[in-house]
Amino acid sequence: MIRGENLSKRYGDVDAVASTDIQIKAGAITAIMGGSGSGKTTLLRLLSGLDAPTTGHVWYGDEDLCGLSERRLYELRENMGMLFQYSALLNSLNVYDNVAFPLHEHTDLDEEVIRTMVSMKLEQVGLRGFETMMPSELSGGMAKRVAFARAIAMDPKIVFFDEPTSGLDPISAGVISTLILNTSKMNRMTSVVVTHDVSAGLAIADQVVLMWQGCIIAEGTPAEIQASTDERVRQFLEGRPDGPIPFSRSTTSYIDDLTHRPGTVRMAS
Amino acid sequence: MSNGMSSNQSSATMFFGSMGRYAMRGIEQLGDGTRLGLHALSLIFARPWQGKHFVLQLYALGVGSLIIIIITGAFTGMVLALQGYYTLAKFGSESLLGAGVGMSIIRELGPVLGAFMIIGRAGSSITAEIGIMRVTEQTDALEMMAVNPKQRILLPRIVATTIAVPLLVSIFDVVGIATGYIVGVEMLGVNSGAYMAELIAKLEMIDLNGGWVKAGVFGFMIGMICTYMGYRATPTTEGVAKATTQAVVIASVGVLIMDYILTSFYL
Repeated sequence: MIRGENLSKRYGDVDAVASTDIQIKAGAITAIMGGSGSGKTTLLRLLSGLDAPTTGHVWYGDEDLCGLSERRLYELRENMGMLFQYSALLNSLNVYDNVAFPLHEHTDLDEEVIRTMVSMKLEQVGLRGFETMMPSELSGGMAKRVAFARAIAMDPKIVFFDEPTSGLDPISAGVISTLILNTSKMNRMTSVVVTHDVSAGLAIADQVVLMWQGCIIAEGTPAEIQASTDERVRQFLEGRPDGPIPFSRSTTSYIDDLTHRPGTVRMAS
Repeated sequence: MSNGMSSNQSSATMFFGSMGRYAMRGIEQLGDGTRLGLHALSLIFARPWQGKHFVLQLYALGVGSLIIIIITGAFTGMVLALQGYYTLAKFGSESLLGAGVGMSIIRELGPVLGAFMIIGRAGSSITAEIGIMRVTEQTDALEMMAVNPKQRILLPRIVATTIAVPLLVSIFDVVGIATGYIVGVEMLGVNSGAYMAELIAKLEMIDLNGGWVKAGVFGFMIGMICTYMGYRATPTTEGVAKATTQAVVIASVGVLIMDYILTSFYL
């Protein structure tokens, strides 16, 4: 189990994540949902250890990620995978070498075995036969599928997915969602999925966490979230423009800014 | 009157305030860069051994910079021979041309101009490459695949520049002395035996060692500065462009400052 305790992350004067407690159940899919700028990706980066929290702790079992030595952190990460929002494929390597990269780094497997494993992973994401292509030659959706294959190449125990379906066509998004569901269930993998795709998040998750302004405002099973009467949750699920969650992030009035701007021509009364 | 004085005081306060902030920022960067570079270097014997990546970097930085080093060395030697000949001719000492060209190139111009060329050719590409890896989250991807980017990305480049720069500077020296010979002896009519004899007689081992030590220190500095600026670049397109420019400027100024310090030790 992964446990975030009193997690905060501050950038300048902004609290991207504020005093948040979160529990990620082992072997389950947890979807972290929320609007843009609600702190989802920051929370994911804190949980994965990519960023250090301003305050708080991240516990992997009884080990605090924040106090670990670099060596131990890398040992833990051999059992982790991550799918980045913009794929983050290594530009200098082709598709095969990208997917084989963790296998080359952390195993002594024969190249023929690695070739077979890469072929299996690429078959899972529907891209077998694209091994020699470079990342710059792939579409966004294809790059994301290659990144998915790379994230699960080592059959990790924990995989973090940052916006796995954003920017994908409906078919590719559906395929990726199904892949997350199937691989998580088959391998008893702990999956943490950050998404603002409500239907995909609710469809695949065992546990849903909803964030707003750096805080968790609701958590529970998809059914519990869908049954929530919290106005903020309802607004997010239904995608309503009006409600307690404002669309505009500006702190001042637009009309006041326009009418009091220096040089504004005012009509004589 | 008092208003004028307070305005002057406030301008002075602002001036010294901004100077202080620049100085503090510079000291912070120096500390952070040193810590990051030393951290990368401390991983030199850590498993997995980065030999393959080091050789790849040595090839990219070294062989990739060879043409520009040969061209720069050739024209530096030619200009030195021309300028040296007309200056020495005034004193009737044309026979010293070989020693003049050789010592100038080996002790000073080879390491400094060579370092400048390598900063422009290889240093800028190191910063831009690492900066783009940051922008596109490739370094984060390495982290999550349990590969230490300091060991995989920074270390091979720092070691490669430290070794490549003395080798390239040696080539610069040889080419410069050779083209100086062609201009001095073949074009201006200086005696061939005098050119070589004076060069060998006046040149001492300490001159050669000094040049190589300078080149090694410059190479290490270029590696440290350019990798640091790329690794700490603001992850935006503008941030990478700014970091690349800063890396070239800081490394070039650093080479000149370090050149003075090292020269004062060797003289």
